[in-house]
Amino acid sequence: MTQQRRSTTKMVPFPSHSIVPERDVDKLPVLEARHLGIEFGGLKAVEDFNLTIGKTEIAGLIGPNGAGKTTVFNLLTKVYQPTSGTIMINGKDTAGMNTVQANKLGVARTFQNIRLFGNMSVEDNVRIGLHNQVPYGMFSGIFRLPRYWKQEKKQHERALELLSIFGMQDMASAKAGSLPYGAQRRLEIVRALATNPSLLLLDEPAAGMNPHETEELMDSIIAIRDQFQIAVMLIEHDMKLVMGICEGICVLNYGRVIAKGTAEEIQKNPTVIEAYLGRRKEDAQ
Amino acid sequence: MKLKRSTVNNLIAYGIVIVAFVICQSMISAGAMSRSLRGQLVPICVYIVMAVSLNLTVGISGELSLGHAGFMSVGAFSGIVAATWMESAFAMENDVVRLLLAMVVGGVFAGIAGVIIGVPVLRLRGDYLAIVTLAFGEIIRNVLNCVYISVDAGRVYFAFNSPQLPGKLVINGPAGATGVSRISTFVIGFVLILFTLFVVLNLINSRSGRAIMACRDSRIAAESVGINITKYRMMAFVTSAVLAGMAGALYGLNYSTVTAAKFDFNTSILVLVFVVLGGIGNIWGSIIAATLLTVLPELLRGFSDYRMLVYAVVLILVMLVTNSPMMRAFFARVLPHKRGEEGKGGEAA
Ligand SMILES: Nc1ncnc2c1ncn2[C@@H]1O[C@H](COP(=O)(O)OP(=O)(O)O)[C@@H](O)[C@H]1O
Ligand SMILES: [Mg+2]
Repeated sequence: MTQQRRSTTKMVPFPSHSIVPERDVDKLPVLEARHLGIEFGGLKAVEDFNLTIGKTEIAGLIGPNGAGKTTVFNLLTKVYQPTSGTIMINGKDTAGMNTVQANKLGVARTFQNIRLFGNMSVEDNVRIGLHNQVPYGMFSGIFRLPRYWKQEKKQHERALELLSIFGMQDMASAKAGSLPYGAQRRLEIVRALATNPSLLLLDEPAAGMNPHETEELMDSIIAIRDQFQIAVMLIEHDMKLVMGICEGICVLNYGRVIAKGTAEEIQKNPTVIEAYLGRRKEDAQ
Repeated sequence: MKLKRSTVNNLIAYGIVIVAFVICQSMISAGAMSRSLRGQLVPICVYIVMAVSLNLTVGISGELSLGHAGFMSVGAFSGIVAATWMESAFAMENDVVRLLLAMVVGGVFAGIAGVIIGVPVLRLRGDYLAIVTLAFGEIIRNVLNCVYISVDAGRVYFAFNSPQLPGKLVINGPAGATGVSRISTFVIGFVLILFTLFVVLNLINSRSGRAIMACRDSRIAAESVGINITKYRMMAFVTSAVLAGMAGALYGLNYSTVTAAKFDFNTSILVLVFVVLGGIGNIWGSIIAATLLTVLPELLRGFSDYRMLVYAVVLILVMLVTNSPMMRAFFARVLPHKRGEEGKGGEAA
């Protein structure tokens, strides 16, 4: 797009009609997924998935159970390698990368089934998130060289600072696995944030939270976006949360995108209504 | 300021070792220690180091290793050769320096063996380490049975399956290492325990150690925060092998004759039993268990016919205890350990 060049190539319309928030339009999008697809032994779990997320966008990914939402996250974080399509993170193609490299490029996530380091303290969970942000080697660690003390202090301060986003600094020494459900979900977000991401993927962050906690979570997600200037993409069944904070929403059904748009557009979209109502009828039978 | 639980545990580990050392030393100087028990002091140190180092693999890294004695034998034999060579090449008189250097050599060779095993196995997602280390232990024992090494005028000669070598045979095939100068001492054993504790405890309470434990608790979550799990599984495994090699060298230089048969599967399992009894992931537990179970057969010498029977009974009891739901709930609270929940990489939900 940057340069016009004469060529004989025939041009065709590009199918990804994407929307991003107006404030992000002149910035490089954090994510561009094109024709993304994955098959599991013949089952097309995700097919022709196209999505662009602006640099500071809060995006939503919704759809009935088994639609392929978590699979999209696993593709974006390179837990699965796509069988077709490309994923660009901050303009870089992630083909052939693994989860660790995707994280270093700026993708961090939480899990639908919480995966904390349950036997370790809350603070240690965050410190593990800071692994690549405040590094020092094994040798400095064993022999307690000055670098160890300096970096440990930095990790400690940074961890408490991050925990304070959710007011969790007082539980820093509690065992992560012993926290209440909602706090565990918040800790997963903090751990992901500690890796200094540019795209934060939240898989059902409000699952198991009460309405009050969900309200607070909505405020926190917006605060995180504003403070860190990052993009957030979330999977959620709580429509109040999705419609309340998501700017662009993408609806999946049977592995395919059936609608994309703003909250208003999605709520009015007949295909979406049918997918949800149709599913409900099936469930009733 | 309230001390962290990990700090308390570390202090207990160092405390036990130092107090036990002081007691033993005063008993020796007072002549209150039986001859047979005095003979057990170095082996006790060796088995403590073996147990603590295996706990790094099994408890901290969460991998099952069934060939820890293999690393011990690599350390023992390379340490013996190194000690003999140093004596012959430099006429090194100082036994302490010779022992320390031999332990370093033993650690390096065992570490190399650890890398050779770890590189292909630890890259895989599943838990293949148990079967491969089991095979390693058996293979290394059989290989050492066919190795002949001699030292002559400061040079080391090596042969496979043939004792026709110049100079003095140090490693004599199935007869093992013979005519070894017994330079191991209890004091050095104590120093090796302190070194092992220093390395293992400091590693656990550092960035690398937290990464190792993160891989144990959830590989997928560890990768999602940018931790290279192969690297940290290797780090734990190779460190553990190096320490076992150092213990092996100390052990080898404690006897005038050492055969490879000493480092068989039973020895690996014995060390594993120390770790399990002392509590998986619990460092001071390993120290206590290794000490008790090394001294016990000596104390029950009269019952030596029933030793294996007692052993079997103890193992069955341990199995019953660890498998009853009530005890499991209890241990879940007591033991700072949890197996990684996903072995095959699969679902990340
Ligand atoms: N590793 C896998 N192997 C086989 N099938 C899978 C795998 N992961 C997901 N699937 C299938 O893909 C579909 C979408 O699953 P998922 O992404 O978890 O749905 P959801 O939208 O509820 O998060 C399901 O039919 C699921 O069975
Ligand atoms: Mg899901």
